[in-house]
Amino acid sequence: MRYAMAIDTKKCVGCGDCVVACQTENNVPHGYCRDWIVENVSGSYPSVQIELRSERCNHCDNAPCVRCCPTGASHIVEGGIVLVTHDECIGCGACIESCPYDARYPHPEGYVDKCTFCKHRVDKGQNPACVDVCPTHCLHFGDLDDPNSDVSKALKNRKWKVLAPEAGTEPQLYFLT
Amino acid sequence: MTSRRQFIKISAAGVGAATIGINAASGFNLFGSKDETGPASDEDLTPYPTYCEVCFWKCAGWAYVDKKGNIRKIIGNKKDPHSNGRLCPRGTGGIGMYYDEDRLKTPLIRETDSEGNDYFREATWDEALTKVADKMKQIANKYGPEAFGLFNHGNPGGHLEHLMRAYGSETNAEPAFAQCRGPRSVAYYSTFGAYIGSPENTDIRDTRCLVLIGSHIGENMHNSQVQEMSQAIENKATIITVDPRLSTAAGKSTFWLPIKPATDIALLLAWIHVLIYENLYNKEFIDQYAFGFDLLKEHVKTMTPEWAYGITTIEPEMIRRTAREMAGAAPNVVIHPGRHAVWYGDDTQRERAMAILTALLGAWGKRGSLYFAEKISLPHYPQPEYPEPKWTWRDLNNGKYQLATMGITTELLKASIPENNPKHRVRAWLVAGTNLPLSMPDKQLFKKAADSVEFIAVMDTMPMEITGYADVVLPEATYLERYDFLRASQNRIPNVALRMPAVEPKYDSKPGWWISKKIGEKLGLDEYFNYNDYSEVIDWQLKQIGTSLEEMKKIGVKSFPRTEGPLYLADGEDFEFNTNSGKIELYSTDLADAGFDPIPVYKKHPEPPPNFYRLIYGRAPMHTFSRTSNNHNLWDLMNENNVWINPKIADIWELKSGDFVWLKNQDNAVTTFPVKVRVTERIRWDSVYMVHGFGHSDKKLSRAYGRGASDEEMITNVMIDPIMGGTGMRGNFVTFLKEDPRKEVKA
Amino acid sequence: MKEELFVSGRDIPNIDPYLHIWHWQIPLYLYLGGLAAGILFFATYYVIKGKEKQMQTTVKWATIIAPIALVIGLGALFWDLKHKLYFWQLYTTIRFTSPMSWGAWTLMLITPMSIVWVASYMKEMIPGWDWKFGFLNKFEVWIIKNRVPFAWIMMILAVILGVYTGILLSAFNARPLWNTSILGPLFLTSGLSTGLAAIMWMSKDEHERKTLNRIDLILILVELFLIIHLFMGFMAGSAVKTEAASLFLGGEFTVSFWVFVIILGLAFPATLEALELRGFHVPAWLPPFLILFGGLVFRFVMVEAGQITRFLY
Repeated sequence: MRYAMAIDTKKCVGCGDCVVACQTENNVPHGYCRDWIVENVSGSYPSVQIELRSERCNHCDNAPCVRCCPTGASHIVEGGIVLVTHDECIGCGACIESCPYDARYPHPEGYVDKCTFCKHRVDKGQNPACVDVCPTHCLHFGDLDDPNSDVSKALKNRKWKVLAPEAGTEPQLYFLT
Repeated sequence: MTSRRQFIKISAAGVGAATIGINAASGFNLFGSKDETGPASDEDLTPYPTYCEVCFWKCAGWAYVDKKGNIRKIIGNKKDPHSNGRLCPRGTGGIGMYYDEDRLKTPLIRETDSEGNDYFREATWDEALTKVADKMKQIANKYGPEAFGLFNHGNPGGHLEHLMRAYGSETNAEPAFAQCRGPRSVAYYSTFGAYIGSPENTDIRDTRCLVLIGSHIGENMHNSQVQEMSQAIENKATIITVDPRLSTAAGKSTFWLPIKPATDIALLLAWIHVLIYENLYNKEFIDQYAFGFDLLKEHVKTMTPEWAYGITTIEPEMIRRTAREMAGAAPNVVIHPGRHAVWYGDDTQRERAMAILTALLGAWGKRGSLYFAEKISLPHYPQPEYPEPKWTWRDLNNGKYQLATMGITTELLKASIPENNPKHRVRAWLVAGTNLPLSMPDKQLFKKAADSVEFIAVMDTMPMEITGYADVVLPEATYLERYDFLRASQNRIPNVALRMPAVEPKYDSKPGWWISKKIGEKLGLDEYFNYNDYSEVIDWQLKQIGTSLEEMKKIGVKSFPRTEGPLYLADGEDFEFNTNSGKIELYSTDLADAGFDPIPVYKKHPEPPPNFYRLIYGRAPMHTFSRTSNNHNLWDLMNENNVWINPKIADIWELKSGDFVWLKNQDNAVTTFPVKVRVTERIRWDSVYMVHGFGHSDKKLSRAYGRGASDEEMITNVMIDPIMGGTGMRGNFVTFLKEDPRKEVKA
Repeated sequence: MKEELFVSGRDIPNIDPYLHIWHWQIPLYLYLGGLAAGILFFATYYVIKGKEKQMQTTVKWATIIAPIALVIGLGALFWDLKHKLYFWQLYTTIRFTSPMSWGAWTLMLITPMSIVWVASYMKEMIPGWDWKFGFLNKFEVWIIKNRVPFAWIMMILAVILGVYTGILLSAFNARPLWNTSILGPLFLTSGLSTGLAAIMWMSKDEHERKTLNRIDLILILVELFLIIHLFMGFMAGSAVKTEAASLFLGGEFTVSFWVFVIILGLAFPATLEALELRGFHVPAWLPPFLILFGGLVFRFVMVEAGQITRFLY
């Protein structure tokens, strides 16, 4: 089993609903976020392109944060979800430094926090909160090993890219372009 | 599968275990009692049905409340055609409206201290309501109840409207008309004899071609429309966007026409020209249903793409190509009628041109165009007839704006000022759900009017600029804390949605229905409020349509079968339009009778003087105008607006992204606060762009105060639509001040 | 024109707009670790070589600095932890892929060992010193008897510590400025050099100073050579590497790096040392001071600048 997410940059309008839904679902404190939206503008008027990307932890197969964690607080569970055990985290910041996506942040309580792919929902067969809230249906989640999963179907017929593949992290967020 | 336990783990008996053990114990004790900060499991939460109040789309959803009585999240109702189970960021973040610590907490009454300074005194509900009721009695006795005006918006305003009608006043106005949808309503009504309504009856879901003229779906987060645009993208529908700015929608379009601002009518007429003269229009449809085709054909004869090119800067070939694209997809084309349509004062005519284009494509009542929306009609709760007022908002227009269908806010303001010698003078106001100082153009007019009236009572959930003008402030409970009208908006399928309290009202706030009822009772209007709790009204209404409050509490939204015929017009079906001619009026007899151009004409609008740029304003998906800027959840997403400047212009002014500037307009109005520059290729060099709703000047809004600049402050030139009184607001030009202008004055 | 911006208002403290999760504590910790490693390396080296007598300051007096530096360094590290009360979790596991983990363990071993080392010389440094307790005296005798194997262990640990101060950074693939294998040897060399500088500053023995001076000169040359290689690597690297290098080549760290680290911290003291070897009179405190200062600035610059660098996508 390999959980992954595909983000349709052609559909995303950058509304930030995924961000609010994550914050309310996961009780993320104000001023912090586990997911966010990047707008990339290129070209010059009137030949301009916009790419909108809803980004979060890439739940990398080769996760540098897990590698560099001195206590084992950062770990990978069934399905490839990268998690942090709060009571094992010492807050050294090494994982934050190690992440090419700046996906982690120090929670005001001290431990490092990040996207969990809403494991508490996924375990019950639901989608992550961000996926289920998106008004444009631009987020697709599921098991890559299951050809009928939402994410597998989304990736089958579309061109996609991952972010910073050269970092060698084998990220599991696929951006449909 | 990698396990985090694959590495050596030293047992507790290992090196240094003694000291470590002590640390471990203390560590756990100290953190043992911390609050649960993780996610809440849905099983531990109770969902209460509601529909959203953060914007007018009114999406139905569920407010999830935990065992301690905290609202944890709001999730869309899957049965709701407005949201399809997915709220927009504002709906999801609506929770922040409830938790906002800056909310109005208790009734306030204006007092004056010994030194003559005004201040607000906290009051009891009885005091505050008595004060409002006494004033209403006094006005009624002295001038008649008609002199008490109402500015309303949305649901809370509705309860007050009922109160005012019972009291005998129909002197009300909503910014939703003259500052928003008015031109559209009038134009489509005069063309098709029908309104577009809300949510718009646009069949974007099944369209093959979506045409957006200045409409920025995705930045306006009209939920189901955004969802349907996404489906249209999925279906590979052609999207044509006309906008001087690369809006989000433009960025997703097949064709983006970066038009010169204020020239849309020329483009529309050129499109009409191409459709007619290249014989691309839907001949059968026009022959059967339309009136005035030959006059239209003659009218647009010279309005070629080449003619329009000189005006719009859109290449003739592009005009032809996009016209052909529409014709190719016809009739499955949505010419989106837009919503905020008051731009240049000839907006009814622009909307008319859009309606005509729609007709030529046969894109009316067809799949993938504009469908026949239907709504359930809710029976009125038994009450006596409203008294007939001697005059109403209509009489304030002094014979102008015959085609207006709702009160015009600016006219109500003008009638409040004695210097204008109004025939009917408005002496006092009730204001609900609209922050007039930030939503009205021409701030001076508002200020003068506010100074002239004897009394202002404001009902709101938040301290807004308008509450500062109030004599009595009535703190309203948020939508999550109250029963309210049933939602029975139009849609493909008639449906009804329930809003019920998920929690008790916070602080000393009260529901709008309660406030209206209490004032009504003090005025002796008890028979209009013949219930103890508004849930009785809802239950009665629901039972009349075959359901009940009990059932609705479980499902939130209920759909009903259509009764007014199918969603679409069958080919060749006989159909009588509700116009003078019974046909689609390409040539409008209504407009001709009222002395206006029966077929739209392009008129040149003023252009920015040197070193000035046209101010275009718009929406951000995470905010509803100025109402949400203090909502913590949404503030987190966007806490200020930027002014978008083309890089070429930024170079001239030596501005970089992140710099702060003050804006000054053609009338020397200057923004109170500076605004951050965003240098971007997304905007034309002759225009700047800002998101509307920022630059709050009320310090009680602890988060929103002083963040960004208010575009309203730059809108001093208002171009009035002579047809319906719309306030065209896009004829203002701004320039940049790099130093604080107020500092200079002091020095 | 290209624009890339957060449109969901992301502005997380210490992360946006530039990563700054590690403040002054980490560079100080790395610096003091390198300094201690340098001191302990030379102390143990001369014990193993049997030159205790000739290198009195190196072997005895200067080593007092090591445990102090290590304790302060560890204190700084602890200060920087955001979830402090869970500090002990570091010592419930060894994770070889995590430099932070084996650094913590190395420090756990080398800090007490350095204290023992200093203690074992107390009687020689302070005549008449007595440990009061019999078992301590017995332990001292045992240590003194096994000083050479003890020195071997500690020398290996010192090298690990010195390399670790660089690898802690270079293991972060996400920060292009740090992610180069030269950083380990470079920080080790710099640590050795600062260690030597500290010893030289303390030493009153002309012969010892000369010996150390000569070694230091070589170390500085090696360090400069490694820095040149570092930049050659960056310039020949991918876009993110050249971007990283540009912070030092015209970017915001240009002055602090070239003036304080390269010129004042390396080139100038090296020149002074060379002059001293040729018999010119140079104030004894000056070269060590400059080297120590340059080393400190170097750690700060690298930690600060490295956090700004990132992958572009």
